Amino acid sequence: MSDTHAITVEKTLPYPPEKIWRTLTRSDLLAKWLMPNDFEPVVGYRFTFQTRPMGDWDGVVHCEVLQCEPPRLLRYSWTGGSDSNPAYGSRLNSEVTWMLTRVEGGTHLKMVHDGFVFPGNRFAFDAMSPGWGRIMDAIARVAAEAEVSPV
Amino acid sequence: MTATAQLTAVLKSLADPTRRAVFERIAGEPEIAATALVKGTKVSQPAVSQHLRALRDAGLVMERREGRHVYYRPAPKGLAPMIDWLSYHQAFWQERFENLEKLLKEDE
Repeated sequence: MSDTHAITVEKTLPYPPEKIWRTLTRSDLLAKWLMPNDFEPVVGYRFTFQTRPMGDWDGVVHCEVLQCEPPRLLRYSWTGGSDSNPAYGSRLNSEVTWMLTRVEGGTHLKMVHDGFVFPGNRFAFDAMSPGWGRIMDAIARVAAEAEVSPV
Repeated sequence: MTATAQLTAVLKSLADPTRRAVFERIAGEPEIAATALVKGTKVSQPAVSQHLRALRDAGLVMERREGRHVYYRPAPKGLAPMIDWLSYHQAFWQERFENLEKLLKEDE
């Protein structure tokens, strides 16, 4: 989907995929680095992450395991937030994918959080067109220029 | 204006395809005269003026008057509320990634 934005974080880590997979899929380990949860690595399993509430949002992220192929691919939905929150706790109807690739000396770990549509999309998203990409490009340029020369 | 109100104003303003096209043209130039904006479009002059006012009110463009001419340029921080929103989530995952690494290291 070209109208959505994805966030990608990736890194090569000096551990075998099996070890990383465990930290991604064992509920108690997951809680240590991500959030308290009741995750189980079973396709179709519904679980939640619990975090700090914000505004109209109770702080619960609702998820469902969509793909689970140990030790290389894990994908779950990530839904929560509220339209009234600007950054933290803003409305998300998205997916998180974890990809583990065995490489020399370890594992390449890649996380993609996809499906970011601009918040308040009730009124904005239906009007979204390829023009948005160009606007973002233009703004990135303007922002870069603004950094070097005070306006 | 609160951050939410700002973001809402920006999104509402850009939700209109014609207005977005006007903004896009302004964003592509260092500065552009209102008359040039009217010339380059099939939209009537009063309609363009209305879109310009909405863009200005949303903080997306800046206006400069010189005699009878009005010039517009993109406001440097106009889309900041949208950019902040996405970068918040980027920062969230980067931080969690670091936590994950720390945990893996402790477990060695």
